[in-house]
Amino acid sequence: MRRIVLFLPFLVFLVLGVVFYFLLGKDTQYMPSALIGQPVPSFQLVTLEGEQVKQTSDLPKGSYLINFWGTWCPSCHVEHPYLMTLAEQGVTIVGIDYKDQQAAAMQWLRDKGNPYTLVLMDELGQFGLDMGVTGAPETFVINAEGKIAYRLQGVLNAQSWQVIKAYL
Amino acid sequence: MMKQLLICLALFGFVNAAFAEELMTFRSELNQVRYQSLIKELRCPKCQNQNLADSNSGISVDLRQQVHNMIETGKTDQEIVDYMVARYGTFVLYRPQNTPATFLLWYGPFILLSGGVVLFVVVLTKNRRRSCK
Repeated sequence: MRRIVLFLPFLVFLVLGVVFYFLLGKDTQYMPSALIGQPVPSFQLVTLEGEQVKQTSDLPKGSYLINFWGTWCPSCHVEHPYLMTLAEQGVTIVGIDYKDQQAAAMQWLRDKGNPYTLVLMDELGQFGLDMGVTGAPETFVINAEGKIAYRLQGVLNAQSWQVIKAYL
Repeated sequence: MMKQLLICLALFGFVNAAFAEELMTFRSELNQVRYQSLIKELRCPKCQNQNLADSNSGISVDLRQQVHNMIETGKTDQEIVDYMVARYGTFVLYRPQNTPATFLLWYGPFILLSGGVVLFVVVLTKNRRRSCK
């Protein structure tokens, strides 16, 4: 009995070692969205061209991406070319111009190309709030049932696409 | 010398109070107190360990504004907290909810403490028995 007790610290060390080993290399910043499995919150947003008001029922049928971006966001510059690649591959992307200026955003799409099937303006960030967005860029995967399946915080690139693809 | 130091200290306090604070008007003193306590208890979803009151990130500014709006439109504290949790998850709560998932968090220390007390008593009685022999 005494002997076993003496080995207790070593056992604790082993257990902690295993736990810590599996936590190595994990992204501590990763936070799943609180909205996973829920439908897209209802909204009324104006299109970037400022002509039409769109609501939840105007969203695409089938699976698609919702991408929050803004001309003020440096990472969105990095992300944009990859969004163009995805659009060419036939991925449907809805763009939300998040807390941005209309003129600047239109210029951006003219200069860099428009990967979005629909661009909506969220000037005050209210829709972003309802989606639980903490910044830009953020990308949500909406599955064929219209439910939010995945949320990516940060740049969408070839690497993160490998993960996202599976949720579409 | 002493006087200058005091002035410096007083000004320092003023700077601290002005940090991360927008100009907001409240309908009543109570609303302002509720606002202050809510933004201290809610965590900035973008930052690893800051509350809404301390953070100057864009999202914190927006969420403070949202808390202010909800208080002024007559929402209760619970409604505001529920609103935040629905969007940002339990991550935003600095005071974790009491659910089965957080059982160890709430009661773990007491379980460990009672284990320690039991061990202490066992060792004590053992030693006493030994010294009696």
